Amino acid sequence: MMTKLILYLQYPFVRYALIVGVLIALCSSLLGVTLVLKRFSYIGDGLSHVAFGAVAIASVLNLTNQMLIVLPVTVLCAILLLRTGSNAKIRGDAAIAMISVGALAFGYLLMNIFSTSSNLSGDICSTLFGSTSILTLTKTEVLLCIFLSIAVVIIFILFYNRIFAVTFDENFARAAGINAGLYNLMIAVITAVIIVLAMNLVGSLLISALVIFPALSAMRVFKSFRSVTICSAVLSVFCALAGIVLSILFATPVGSTIVAADAAAFAVCCLAGWIKS
Amino acid sequence: MPLITVSGLSLGYDSNAIVKDLNFTVNEGDYLCVVGENGSGKTTLMKTLLSLQEPLAGKITAGEGLKKNEIGYLPQQTDVQRDFPASVREIVLSGCQGRNGSRPFYSKKDKELAEENMRLLGIEGISGKCYRELSGGQQQRVLLARALCATRRILLLDEPAAGLDPVVTAEMYDLIRDLNKNGVTVIMVSHDMDAALKYASHILHIGDVIFFGTKDEYLNSDAGRWAAV
Repeated sequence: MMTKLILYLQYPFVRYALIVGVLIALCSSLLGVTLVLKRFSYIGDGLSHVAFGAVAIASVLNLTNQMLIVLPVTVLCAILLLRTGSNAKIRGDAAIAMISVGALAFGYLLMNIFSTSSNLSGDICSTLFGSTSILTLTKTEVLLCIFLSIAVVIIFILFYNRIFAVTFDENFARAAGINAGLYNLMIAVITAVIIVLAMNLVGSLLISALVIFPALSAMRVFKSFRSVTICSAVLSVFCALAGIVLSILFATPVGSTIVAADAAAFAVCCLAGWIKS
Repeated sequence: MPLITVSGLSLGYDSNAIVKDLNFTVNEGDYLCVVGENGSGKTTLMKTLLSLQEPLAGKITAGEGLKKNEIGYLPQQTDVQRDFPASVREIVLSGCQGRNGSRPFYSKKDKELAEENMRLLGIEGISGKCYRELSGGQQQRVLLARALCATRRILLLDEPAAGLDPVVTAEMYDLIRDLNKNGVTVIMVSHDMDAALKYASHILHIGDVIFFGTKDEYLNSDAGRWAAV
């Protein structure tokens, strides 16, 4: 089995998949802690459906670089969704549900009407579950992913204390003169960027797993914000690596294998937390 | 010159005024209690004092070199906080951020200040514990220590005894009184008329009747006689 793995590692596309997988897992888990605590667990799901709709538009328009349309549309929706949390004509969860199913239906409709592809359901399946796209990454996409991930990590470290304050108690933070709106906006934009990146890895249906599982697992075991954040990042990276390697060895779909690894880690953490208490 | 001067203030949402033409002052060392029925605008007044909300009319001026974000705030607990994984130290430290400007990390001075405030409130022994595992009284002390990290001059307390049992409530009020004796100006919003009359130096009653004055003046006023019964 080891030899098989070493053989596969000689292919650049396998190495690309590992690099991108680890980076995306790292970024999504960092943000996941904040999103779960802010009661925005579902935002990953909602935004990924938006991204799916945007991909549909991009493919109908025959754009070669889909990022050009997918990224701005998703960022815009993220800002709208996180804003409705504070002033509520439509409550946060309802807004997310509405936009998410709306975008999903709209995207499928568009693809169905305008598609020129002979294998429509195959296309849609790979967008939803990310079946093979992580193994077909180009060098530019990998570089873009590395660049964006580094940016996300740096921003997160620089603003770690502010993010903690705004997550724990927004009113106190605002009263102390912290521009909470700005940080909420930043969190929204970063979330959208991660979602778009992660679509390549696990597809749009499974992204929320990357965001919420590591955070929830870490919260079972650890008790301070810093240890939860670190544990969540480590777990997420480990599960992504394990998932990718297993999927290569056993020829299973990448996205769902990673998510299964995350779910297994959650079960282990639950058990550990239960024994500990 | 008073720390805070409020003149001609009207409060409310979407141009519906709940309270009109409010005037009062808070001096250094005062213990002002804001009382009134539910929905009379106590919370709105507090948010306006903290500049979380714009007043409909009138203005709030800060004196004696007090800056707008120099009010320490003890909010009511939110749902999010009840199961929040954070250590006591992390939460108390986060109170230092207002004074940090754009500096991203805590300085040594911030950490010393946090330690000092934890000692002051008797929670230094549990600084590594998780917030969600503390009792209600301990949680309030943590949030109070955080507010003291933001400022030592003036505290704004929102129902500090909400959800606490009578013994812990009394401890909490004593703690606040001690802080006040040490020179911290206190503005407290409360339902608890007994506590207000016991501890406050000044009373602001809002609602149908608006009254502002010292406690003795209040007890002799129409609004106060009704409340004392």
